[in-house]
Amino acid sequence: MLKRVHFEPSVLPYLLVAPQIIVTVLFFLWPASQALYQSLIVEDAFGLSSEFVWFQNFEELFKDPLYWGSFQRTFVFSFLVAFLSMSLALILAVMADRVIKGSGIYRTLLIWPYAVAPAAAGALWFFIFDPTVGFIPYALQFFGYEWNHKLNGNEAMALVIFTASWKQIAYNFLFFLAGLQSIPKSLIEAAAIDGAGPTRRFWTIVFPLLSPTTFFLLVINVVYAFFETFGIIDAVTGGGPANATNILVFKVYNDGFVGLDLGGSAAQSVILMAIVIALTVVQFRFVEKKVAY
Amino acid sequence: MIENRPILSFLSHLIMIVGVVLVAFPLWITFVAASHDEQRMTELPLPLLPGGHFFENLDIALNQGLWGGDGTGVGFMLFNSLIMALMISIGKIAISLLSAFAIVYFRFPFRMGFFWMIFVTLMLPVEVRILPTFEVVANLGMLNNYWGLSIPLIASATATFMFRQVFLTIPDELLEAARIDGAGPLRFFKDILLPMSQTNIAALFVIMFIFGWNQYLWPLLVTTDQDMFTIVMQIGKLLEGGEEAPQWHITMMTTLLAVIPPVIVVIFMQRLFVQGLTETEK
Repeated sequence: MLKRVHFEPSVLPYLLVAPQIIVTVLFFLWPASQALYQSLIVEDAFGLSSEFVWFQNFEELFKDPLYWGSFQRTFVFSFLVAFLSMSLALILAVMADRVIKGSGIYRTLLIWPYAVAPAAAGALWFFIFDPTVGFIPYALQFFGYEWNHKLNGNEAMALVIFTASWKQIAYNFLFFLAGLQSIPKSLIEAAAIDGAGPTRRFWTIVFPLLSPTTFFLLVINVVYAFFETFGIIDAVTGGGPANATNILVFKVYNDGFVGLDLGGSAAQSVILMAIVIALTVVQFRFVEKKVAY
Repeated sequence: MIENRPILSFLSHLIMIVGVVLVAFPLWITFVAASHDEQRMTELPLPLLPGGHFFENLDIALNQGLWGGDGTGVGFMLFNSLIMALMISIGKIAISLLSAFAIVYFRFPFRMGFFWMIFVTLMLPVEVRILPTFEVVANLGMLNNYWGLSIPLIASATATFMFRQVFLTIPDELLEAARIDGAGPLRFFKDILLPMSQTNIAALFVIMFIFGWNQYLWPLLVTTDQDMFTIVMQIGKLLEGGEEAPQWHITMMTTLLAVIPPVIVVIFMQRLFVQGLTETEK
């Protein structure tokens, strides 16, 4: 943590940490404490008077079926995004690990979606699925299916799940590939000599040895789906139709910034904070040391 | 290679190629859409091969914007995005280098207190403190300018941890030698630590540049003045505004413009990108 040899005490270290600490306090700690405080008060419509109400905002939130709906949707959304994007990435990584020629090129061709902004990814997929001109709806109509994610909530949810998973494949692919390459070849060779075929080897050796990577990616993907998909939701569906894609991060923004419900939004913020803290603890306690790249 | 099974190798390549094509399909379609005129983009089925209006559309998107819009192109938004991304990435690197240096090389009261304060920022993404952060920025008069777009985002626990890790691997003998030669802390920082962390700085820059360029929610909150819009937030507005009479060729050209810079960074600095990605996640 600290070097055995270090510099003489002086005012310098304070000056060195000052910029980081000032930004942290001003834009992170103070606003977070404000959110905590605001979650416990009720203000009148003009912001003139406020009353301390303890946990009333939270009680109202938990009584609100819309909030529970949003909670459920967020879990379904995160689970499906993590599952879809991790399984596709794993298949691709296993294949990339097998091929000897060209795996570098495949890697280049698979990692670029990481750099696409969530909102831009939303635009790409929005266009493909556009009910009037999009390719998929056009193809689907030959099968007698009418796709319209602007009216059908399930289709809207499917669209944002596709978009969010597509963007995350790159990240998962990189880490799975690294995980696969760190598995000792001798283990696999031994199994092959004993007569285990590729499928058997995968499920009995490779997949279990990959579990630290898988667990790490699961946490990362859930965090991603919870917090970094705001741009996708806002650009593609705006939380609609009829709240079908109104996940927690979108709801906290919409209720607070658009709907101006201060106390309710602050209470939602606090719950989200609790979720991030829990996920970060999981990440640092159980993940950090087990993943080797 | 464990065993030689030509069919399996063939199958692996086949699956990889299908994967690559599926992953690239949305971007290809975007490029195609950006190269046709408005007329063609309303006829079904839409084209799968590029047309001849790419540069015409590029000019419209950059300099004029949508027809029936307010006549402003997105050229200056690209510039805003660039400035924001650079300020965020350079700012993050600079303040994290300094604080990691202080934490590793000095013993001073509250050292661990500062360390934990920085750590806590990991748990406070902007999404969980939208309104109060907006209030702070508004009170400081930082709405609608580059400072407001970048400064609130430059605190970085991950970058600080990474530099801390890098500094801890630098042998103590170097510091002893530097001190014997009469170098003070700042001299040591500038002449030894900085050159030794060059690749880490570059790797972090790649990741943070992408992070900065792709910001969406934050610019949406702190800019109301169109002159300060970024290209990524403009995409949301185009999709929203295109409900009635979509001009897909311009919308997709704008999307392409927003996507290309960070994608180029990833592809051409792949090694640094991978290094940055894996280092910052630890």
